[in-house]
Amino acid sequence: MDYFLTEEQKMIQELAYQIAKEKIRPVKGELDEGEEFPWEIMKVLAQSDLFGLYIPEEFGGMGGGIFENCLAIEQLARECIGIATSFAASGLGAYPILLHGSTELKQEYLPQIASGERLAAFGLTESGAGSDVSGIQTTAVKDGNHYVLNGTKQWITNGGESEIYSVLAITDRTKGPRGATFFVLEKGDPGFSFGKKEKKLGIRASATRELVFQDCRIHKDRIIGREGTGFIAAMKTFDKSRPGIAALGVGLSQGALDISAEYARKRVQFGKPIISFQAIQHKLADMATKTEASRALVYSTARYMDTEPSDSSKVAAMCKLFAGDVAMQVSTEAVQILGGYGYMQDYPVEKMMRDAKILQIYEGTNEIQRNIIGQEVNKEYGRKKDTFF
Amino acid sequence: MHIAVCIKQVPDTKNVRIDPDTHTLVRQGVESIVNPFDLFAVEAALRLKDAKGAKITVITMGPPQAGEALRDVMSRGVDEAVLLSDRAFAGSDTWATSTTLAAAIRKMGDVDLILCGKQAIDGDTAQVGPEMATLLDIPYATFVKAIDILDTNHLKVARQTDEGAEVWKIPTPCLLTVIKEVGEPRLPSLRHKMRAKKAQIPTWGIADLGLEPESVGLSGSFTQVVRVFSPPVRDDRVILEGSVSEQVEQLYKLLKEAKVPGI
Ligand SMILES: Cc1cc2nc3c(=O)[nH]c(=O)nc-3n(C[C@H](O)[C@H](O)[C@H](O)COP(=O)(O)OP(=O)(O)OC[C@H]3O[C@@H](n4cnc5c(N)ncnc54)[C@H](O)[C@@H]3O)c2cc1C
Repeated sequence: MDYFLTEEQKMIQELAYQIAKEKIRPVKGELDEGEEFPWEIMKVLAQSDLFGLYIPEEFGGMGGGIFENCLAIEQLARECIGIATSFAASGLGAYPILLHGSTELKQEYLPQIASGERLAAFGLTESGAGSDVSGIQTTAVKDGNHYVLNGTKQWITNGGESEIYSVLAITDRTKGPRGATFFVLEKGDPGFSFGKKEKKLGIRASATRELVFQDCRIHKDRIIGREGTGFIAAMKTFDKSRPGIAALGVGLSQGALDISAEYARKRVQFGKPIISFQAIQHKLADMATKTEASRALVYSTARYMDTEPSDSSKVAAMCKLFAGDVAMQVSTEAVQILGGYGYMQDYPVEKMMRDAKILQIYEGTNEIQRNIIGQEVNKEYGRKKDTFF
Repeated sequence: MHIAVCIKQVPDTKNVRIDPDTHTLVRQGVESIVNPFDLFAVEAALRLKDAKGAKITVITMGPPQAGEALRDVMSRGVDEAVLLSDRAFAGSDTWATSTTLAAAIRKMGDVDLILCGKQAIDGDTAQVGPEMATLLDIPYATFVKAIDILDTNHLKVARQTDEGAEVWKIPTPCLLTVIKEVGEPRLPSLRHKMRAKKAQIPTWGIADLGLEPESVGLSGSFTQVVRVFSPPVRDDRVILEGSVSEQVEQLYKLLKEAKVPGI
């Protein structure tokens, strides 16, 4: 379908897909198998200017928005969402700085992130604080012009590989929702170290590690925004980043559909290509329909969000929820269409199915997305004057 | 330093078929690409630019569509492009092509280094580079795998030959044809892609180059393709199987049976 992209947006798509095809396709299996971080690809992406798509030109970026970033992520995800996650997570780490950081922080860090010279990461989750962000235990205690951090973040994408971290810590527990603050941490800060690399079901080329803070002293200039704004900044960041996660889903679904449709046309059983069986055709029909529907939702959401609307939480959650669920369904059906071959590692769809699962978990589980959407719907209808009853 | 890179647009031979009746290339539906060896020349130029700074101009002779090949390499970081296009250039053999390209280099005036791929994948002659250097009366080196700038008017280049590597000191201006060891071609960047899309690429014809009609195109060519044919398929081939050592055993036996000297 024609989504009436501008010349520049088409170039982004074309370039990102060229990278996916020429650079990611040949190595994705190996990186997945060896759980190896895709540094070579990160360098190619850096040189291609894609890391700076959503960053303003004054900070070294391309001056685009969420939509442009989603277009690139989608194309990379057609080949491997492990690699595309490593790319997208740098954006997740950059958003708190971009949205709330002082001009000095922006000038210091955004150009490095935009050029891809350094990767960023986002540190929120802890062992006791997953869906319930308010449960975080990591503390940052003020000491003159410094803060001292103590605690452990877990399952941080790009942990250990990135050099720039946006980390959420409690600065004043008595203040409840106004008690947390984001800080920029740098790899190499004294008292900041990394735990072991996690072994995962999917997205195995991405790195997931603990961030460990032991009396880690940083200057107060590293505060992102004002003290106490951390929880709000986290929610605003997720609003911006969720369409990107959804774009991972769209790309993965498209990749799985492409392989399944070609396979079904070539695989002969009972003397006919299996695509001639209605059961297979209907599967492909559902896969194609759902993939296009999730793309349409993600594109319109991303475009809408680039107008800085006040009600972005609901639509951001909707596209993350929908595209993630669709990717899981489509990749599962892709394995079914390829039958036993689909289950084998020699064919690309088993990896897609393993990878897809993460889309329903990270950046807020899909249950949490439904909670957000449900609460917003409730609020919206509470304000309506019109009544049917 | 001003580097000129000569490139050629060729059919993507991965997808090319020969029509069994007419013995010509089936060009229909075949994508045009930049000759892969020329992308190594572009990469070599970009690496010199990254290291020491340079202006890079890419030139090609071809039909107007060849402008796409120029934009492709501009999107990888090449600064400027010139298209040599004129009906009079049609039917050029390697000599007429070299004559035309050399005239363009002369017109540019300040070129210090000309880079070419080792050969084009459609013609496979590897002649255009050396012919151009001869016409321009400058030194040249072929099959170059590494280039270093020694001083303002000398380069140090390493050539790969069948016997081994040779290292040469070569004065500029000069021409080098390069092989894949110079480095893997980089992909485009978004900024360069946008610049390439908007770039105004000048087209130089026979009049701009000050050439006579007899010296270019078909009339300027010493050779003409009379016939193209697919070589007959040989069916006297043996494919060895088994482990490497088993294959070596078999090969040795076969060579002995064939009375190959020295076996
Ligand atoms: C590979 C990977 C990468 C990650 N990367 C990062 C990262 O870069 N940065 C970061 O900060 N975090 C990251 N995370 C953490 C991720 O965001 C959390 O795992 C996620 O938010 C869920 O938290 P949890 O795992 O603790 O699950 P829990 O919150 O314990 O949830 C368990 C189950 O209960 C459900 N549930 C919980 N509460 C509710 C509720 N109120 N209503 C309905 N259902 C509920 C959940 O949906 C889920 O099904 C990553 C996780 C993984 C697996």
